[in-house]
Amino acid sequence: MDILSLSMAETLEQYKQKNVKPSEVAQCYWDRAQKLNPKLNAWITFNEDFLAQALKADEKINDVDWSKSPLWSVPLGVKDMFCTKGIKTTAASKMLSNFTPPYDATVVERLKSAGALVLGKLNQDEFAMGSSNETSFYGPAYNPWNLEYVPGGSSGGSAAAMASKSCLVTLGTDTGGSIRQPSHFCGLVGVKPTYGRVSRYGIVAFASSLDQAGPMASTVTDAALILESMCGQDAKDQTSSDQKVAPWSKKLSAQVKGKKIGIIKEYWETSGLSEDVKQVTQNAYDYLKAEGAELVDLSIPLTEHAVAIYYLVASSEASSNLSRYDGVRYGHRANFENLSGINLDLFYSKNRGEGFGSEVKTRIMLGTYCLSAGYYDAYYKKASQVRRLLQEQFLNAFSKCDAIVSPVSTTPAFKLGHRIMNPLQMYLNDIFTVSANLVGIPAMTVPYGLSTDGSGLPIGVQIMSKHFDEQTMLDIGFALESASTMKGKFAHV
Amino acid sequence: MFDHPKFECVIGLEIHAQLKSNTKMFSSDSTEFDAGDNQNISTVSLGMPGALPTPNRLAIELGIKMGLALGCQIRRTSVFARKNYFYPDLPKGYQISQYDQPLCENGKVEYLLDGELKSITIERAHLEEDAGKSNHYGDYTLLNYNRSGVALLEIVSGPDLRSPAEAAAYAKTVRQILRYLDVCDGNLEEGSMRCDCNVSIRFKGESKLGTKVEIKNINSFRFVEKALEFEFDRQVEMVERGEPIIQETRLWDPDKNKTFSMRLKESADDYRYFPDPDLLPLVIDEPWFESIKKNLPELPLARLSRFQTEYQLPAYDAAVLTAEKSLSDYFEKVVISCGNPKGASNWVMTELLRELNDSQLTIENCPIKAQDLGAMVKLIDSGDISGKMAKSVFLEMWKTPGVTPQQVINEKGLVQVNDESTLAKMIEQVITANPQAATDYRSGKTKLFGFFVGQVMKVSKGQANPEKVNELLKKLLES
Amino acid sequence: MDQKTIQKVATLARLELGGVEIDAVTQKLSSVLAHFESIAKVNTEGVLPMVTPIEVLARYRDDQILNSLTPEQGLANAPSKQGFLFKVPPVI
Repeated sequence: MDILSLSMAETLEQYKQKNVKPSEVAQCYWDRAQKLNPKLNAWITFNEDFLAQALKADEKINDVDWSKSPLWSVPLGVKDMFCTKGIKTTAASKMLSNFTPPYDATVVERLKSAGALVLGKLNQDEFAMGSSNETSFYGPAYNPWNLEYVPGGSSGGSAAAMASKSCLVTLGTDTGGSIRQPSHFCGLVGVKPTYGRVSRYGIVAFASSLDQAGPMASTVTDAALILESMCGQDAKDQTSSDQKVAPWSKKLSAQVKGKKIGIIKEYWETSGLSEDVKQVTQNAYDYLKAEGAELVDLSIPLTEHAVAIYYLVASSEASSNLSRYDGVRYGHRANFENLSGINLDLFYSKNRGEGFGSEVKTRIMLGTYCLSAGYYDAYYKKASQVRRLLQEQFLNAFSKCDAIVSPVSTTPAFKLGHRIMNPLQMYLNDIFTVSANLVGIPAMTVPYGLSTDGSGLPIGVQIMSKHFDEQTMLDIGFALESASTMKGKFAHV
Repeated sequence: MFDHPKFECVIGLEIHAQLKSNTKMFSSDSTEFDAGDNQNISTVSLGMPGALPTPNRLAIELGIKMGLALGCQIRRTSVFARKNYFYPDLPKGYQISQYDQPLCENGKVEYLLDGELKSITIERAHLEEDAGKSNHYGDYTLLNYNRSGVALLEIVSGPDLRSPAEAAAYAKTVRQILRYLDVCDGNLEEGSMRCDCNVSIRFKGESKLGTKVEIKNINSFRFVEKALEFEFDRQVEMVERGEPIIQETRLWDPDKNKTFSMRLKESADDYRYFPDPDLLPLVIDEPWFESIKKNLPELPLARLSRFQTEYQLPAYDAAVLTAEKSLSDYFEKVVISCGNPKGASNWVMTELLRELNDSQLTIENCPIKAQDLGAMVKLIDSGDISGKMAKSVFLEMWKTPGVTPQQVINEKGLVQVNDESTLAKMIEQVITANPQAATDYRSGKTKLFGFFVGQVMKVSKGQANPEKVNELLKKLLES
Repeated sequence: MDQKTIQKVATLARLELGGVEIDAVTQKLSSVLAHFESIAKVNTEGVLPMVTPIEVLARYRDDQILNSLTPEQGLANAPSKQGFLFKVPPVI
């Protein structure tokens, strides 16, 4: 059996048929992950107990309670933003390079109790701040489709591992596109659920009002399956919602007839939108229309400010969220020859100055400035007000359509080192993804084509739907997936 | 009386009250006072990555209760905000507090100073979390986060106080209310209540406020008064010397009886308050609000004035009896049981409080039940026992927790003899035994009357009703 | 944004920045903020700032004790400790 050719749902089916054992699947992914990691740098830490856990699962193959363990023995890659009990959790930062949490993030706990086996911890941009995985303390991850290119970010390691079939499914976090953009760059299905769907407990916080966790998978069905186990209210996170989690995967329907699909005019008019991305998105529109969906033209005039709102809000929250990294209770502490005689401010500044990388420092500086006396009203508060107006525009748009389909990013993956020196340009590329986080709606990427410039890079489209209406989004994703030219294509590393 | 010919003192207090909940404001760790080092911790109170705050319902309710008792308006939607600053005892690098939308605001509290009713405005009262504890050892500092995250209510008064005595009286009143509501145990020594004073001076008649100085580290009401007196004098001297007052935080040194300047912070404070995105706005809906309001007890000042009118008690007695809710509750139970407020007040204020004081007990641990003390007062009033007998009954009840006065009386045969024929028999016995004295009395030595009374009481083992003995003895001796 | 402002913000954020870093951060922030200035044009009069982007019914925790970490767990990652206490340079 070609284990690597199976999706997660197919693998689970093979377990049910007892055609394959957990240890065989685990060994297969483990070996591949180990073999490819020197090339891809997708992993920061491997779970040394992974194979042993799979062996233990073998013994239970005859008495699995599938209703309680829907993800039984699924090799899972976890972005290093999620705290994993007993496994180093670094957020790809020197600051946390020695941090081993005594607790699991709620999401990890839930997936583990659904049977998933953590294979290891995945590379990312430091504290999820970046769009290329180039800000990682552990060095960049590489795009399996073309190693000269970035896998995207911040969940770059998750994308690289997934696209190289180094594990069966991965977890990412998405604050402004960190699941969707790397999924687009690497030809994956990536979902950011509605804000509040997934508990944020135990996920290293970047921007609390924007952060959501989600799956990065090879199919829409796999993503839906993972979501069902991840989502749901958690007493440990007050902002998690009590909205019912539906059996999305079972209800998936590729029927789009009569569905109203919104097209945002301003997205289409964005400067720098590449022809390839345009064409692939247009193909998606054409398909949906041919299948009987109605295309609706929409306008979100505040789109031009979305990136500004996003960076002002996210950096402000981050500057405060990252204040806990001070080298007092855990985390990097600078080497002070002799503890006595150190001024407290210097103690902090050195620990933090050494522990954080340059992009993180830039964001902390930006956020600190935006919250400081005299600037709060003009930046943080103003951005939070415009954020509400942006939400109103989206809610208004959703009164005219069931879902919005758009590009994920202006271009396919770019080359390493290409944009890292120009942060503003890097930031502006998030224009299509940040709004879903600002507004709180669910959004996903589905691979839909390849670039035509010879780089052989995948291109995805983004689907956004109303708050808590993951089903509509997944259904449209399912429909597009069925017609995608990317179906069955994967990276040859 | 605190007065100065030229200057006026302007004081406002910031009182931090530790709310009496079993767990912290935003996490389930215990608030037990004397736990081992870093025993009461969690991912939340240590500020671990990804830890999130979960608000404690009880702490919120205690905050609302106190807000209502302070006459505040309770915001139906208030907001938790982050106050950002770095200090090793602050694990997250920010304190969760409330800023521009506090839970309670615009209150007013009345208090008594030397019998005079005064009032002070309460600007706000808001919920927040406490910091951990640093212990300094010369070249290093050790940190314990047991206290980190404990729920606090910060009560901010207006700058309405004009003398150190007013400040102390107000602070005592707040403590009394906190304890009445069972919201905080109000222990200044242990730090469950902390009192920071803002003080400035200005020329009399001026309306502009002077530069204020904050005094911290005051752990008794006496020190509130002393620290403020010292600070007033210090500021007056400075102004008279033509020196400017520096806005600063000073600490009270109780050994040297003076305040001293805390090291000036190197970077100016800029707390960068903003709404905590980990928490939802705190919404108090009407049913919740009403259920809290409904259970608000009678407040000390109201009770004091009711005791004066309803029970006709003097102001002083009413004040003593309403100092603590538990004592006034006890007293009222005694009243209900005996129907004699004056008698109840006498026994509670003299014998009971003295015994409690001598054995360092609080009223909660009093060995005598209120209804038993009431029953005893009733027995006095009905003439079943004399006041003198009552004292020994009382002592017996004190020594034997749970025993009723009737049991003591039965056991000791302590019933007052009121029956005239029995008394007459005793008297005749005494007269017969002392013929010479009887003759002397009858011939005019009336001073001997006392001797006869004493003898009769002796024969009755102290149980004869003294009034009746007097009456009968006179009759029998003179017949 | 000048270097003096940057230095002030760095002090507030407790970030030690080297000379080169200061230049880079100054440049980055200047260009980013210049671009972000445009939101000033949006009329937000009377608009409530938005924090949490969805409606959630707030839940409050019961007052039941659960010390979720032992002192050993809490101190396991400490850069410096003494017994069950965290150790830092002198404060005050």
